[in-house]
Amino acid sequence: MKLTKEELSRIAFLARLELSEEEIVTLGGYLNRLLESFEKLKELDTENIEPTSHTVPVCNVFRDDEVTPSLSREDVLANAPAQAEGTFEVPRIVET
Amino acid sequence: MAENELCKLTAHEIAFLVRSKQVTCREVAEAFLGRVSSLDEKVRAYVTITEDLALSQSDALDKKIASGDELPPLAGVPWAIKDNMCTRGVLTTCSSKILYNYKPVYDATVVRKVVESGGIIIGKTNLDEFAMGSSTENSAFFTTRNPWDLDRVPGGSSGGSAAAVAADLAALALGSDTGGSIRQPAAFCGVVGMKPTYGRVSRYGLIAFASSLDQIGPFAKDVTDCALAMSVISGRDPMDSTSLDVPVPDYTKSLVPDVKGIKIGVPVEFFAQGVSPEIVELVWRAVEAFSVLGAEYKETSMPMVDYGLATYYIIAPAECSSNLARYDGVRYGLRSSDSPDPLTMFRKTREEGFGPEVKQRIMAGTYALSAGYYDAYYLKAQKVRTLIRQDFDKLFEEFDVLITPTTPTAAFKIGERTGDPFAMKLNDVCTIPASMAGIPAISVPCGFADGLPVGMQIMGKPLDEATIMRVAFAFEQATTFHKQKPKL
Repeated sequence: MKLTKEELSRIAFLARLELSEEEIVTLGGYLNRLLESFEKLKELDTENIEPTSHTVPVCNVFRDDEVTPSLSREDVLANAPAQAEGTFEVPRIVET
Repeated sequence: MAENELCKLTAHEIAFLVRSKQVTCREVAEAFLGRVSSLDEKVRAYVTITEDLALSQSDALDKKIASGDELPPLAGVPWAIKDNMCTRGVLTTCSSKILYNYKPVYDATVVRKVVESGGIIIGKTNLDEFAMGSSTENSAFFTTRNPWDLDRVPGGSSGGSAAAVAADLAALALGSDTGGSIRQPAAFCGVVGMKPTYGRVSRYGLIAFASSLDQIGPFAKDVTDCALAMSVISGRDPMDSTSLDVPVPDYTKSLVPDVKGIKIGVPVEFFAQGVSPEIVELVWRAVEAFSVLGAEYKETSMPMVDYGLATYYIIAPAECSSNLARYDGVRYGLRSSDSPDPLTMFRKTREEGFGPEVKQRIMAGTYALSAGYYDAYYLKAQKVRTLIRQDFDKLFEEFDVLITPTTPTAAFKIGERTGDPFAMKLNDVCTIPASMAGIPAISVPCGFADGLPVGMQIMGKPLDEATIMRVAFAFEQATTFHKQKPKL
């Protein structure tokens, strides 16, 4: 199966990328080749195989519910591209 | 001691000179900073050189020495840190435009541990953008050069760290390995590089690429330094819930040249992945050397190797597409100047900030995870991952370690593979299986092909870094490959 330009644009939108026409074309060629290479996995019967999401036996790691020092507001905002009144400033979201 | 002689020493030799007061930490720092300022123009290992930090760290250590305080174990050892690990107040770019101005407000746990061990931080090293690549050619800033041949790549993604150690621009370095990003550049640059067991080392403050695979590990000039570095960085960290709460052995106990009774498996499939004849021969010669040293080896089979690449190129992009969603221009890094509304801001920022390889992987991963395709790709890949792990488990019932080539070829020329992303990816074919299974593996120098270093990979049981290093140490003691230096 091959990805069309429309599908590629839809994926780019889902990924919040804004790709140029040229990027869509070159990326599409690459992705189609990549998808083809995944066909190899179909040779394997995995019907009754459990998936591995984590290679080491760890689950449900808890800590005590204690208040500990964390980053200050100043620190958190230190890298903000724009800030106002102690918050991250972004373009208007709500229409007036 | 002449500056350049000091830089050529191993970390344990430098630590000894400092401890026995034959040199001061300031002298060590100045020697390395001097060498960096004269040589790094050629090698380009560093994105940021942290001169002020290195000098203030060394002065603080010298003050301790003068007042007779107890010294930390590796006092005065100069380290390089891959630029995807957070350093408080010091640029941490991931070699990406999207983080061109990012100064973390906290240290990664490994960085804190390096400093607590008496380390001096010389700088932050170049990588393929967000650790995606095998040559540093995907860095948004520049390509690092291989110290053995400046027209060739150092490997990647941790190419800057590997080149820094190989060129004596640092005594130790940290890298991260997702599919081979420590072992492959270690092989290309002729140094020791270890990917520990998944969970052995805290990743708090490592900028995430593929969370089920990423692991931090050291680059070193010999196995002794690797063991010392592993002792510094290993262990449970409450800030990383994937780090394992298991005891960390004293890795220096692995430094005995004794492999009697060790059972070595040689899985033949790893030698059939387009591996050059010279490399096949060098690795086999190394394997045969072990029989002289008292170990036993046997050819064996690992059929799942053939499925490693496809599995990796589903799982890693899928996880990266999710991890890199955080770069949206709101909280840190680049924000596009063309941001009239939030959605346009997200899309323009990401379009301007990410390079082509990162975009490719985000697209592949987003597709693999999108509605209707999850089972066919990500879930399928995770199931194949189980099969890969089962193959390893079976082999480790019979063998203590497995030995293979680290890479199919020695370092390739800059530009040689940039046109064909698939040729580039083939480089990771021998290193990906261990990443998939979460097991530890090391690359150590095992010879030269046409004057370029060749690496041998030794893989071990989960959490058994100690046996890997023992085997590697025995080999190193019997050979001199690790002592050879590039001419710069």
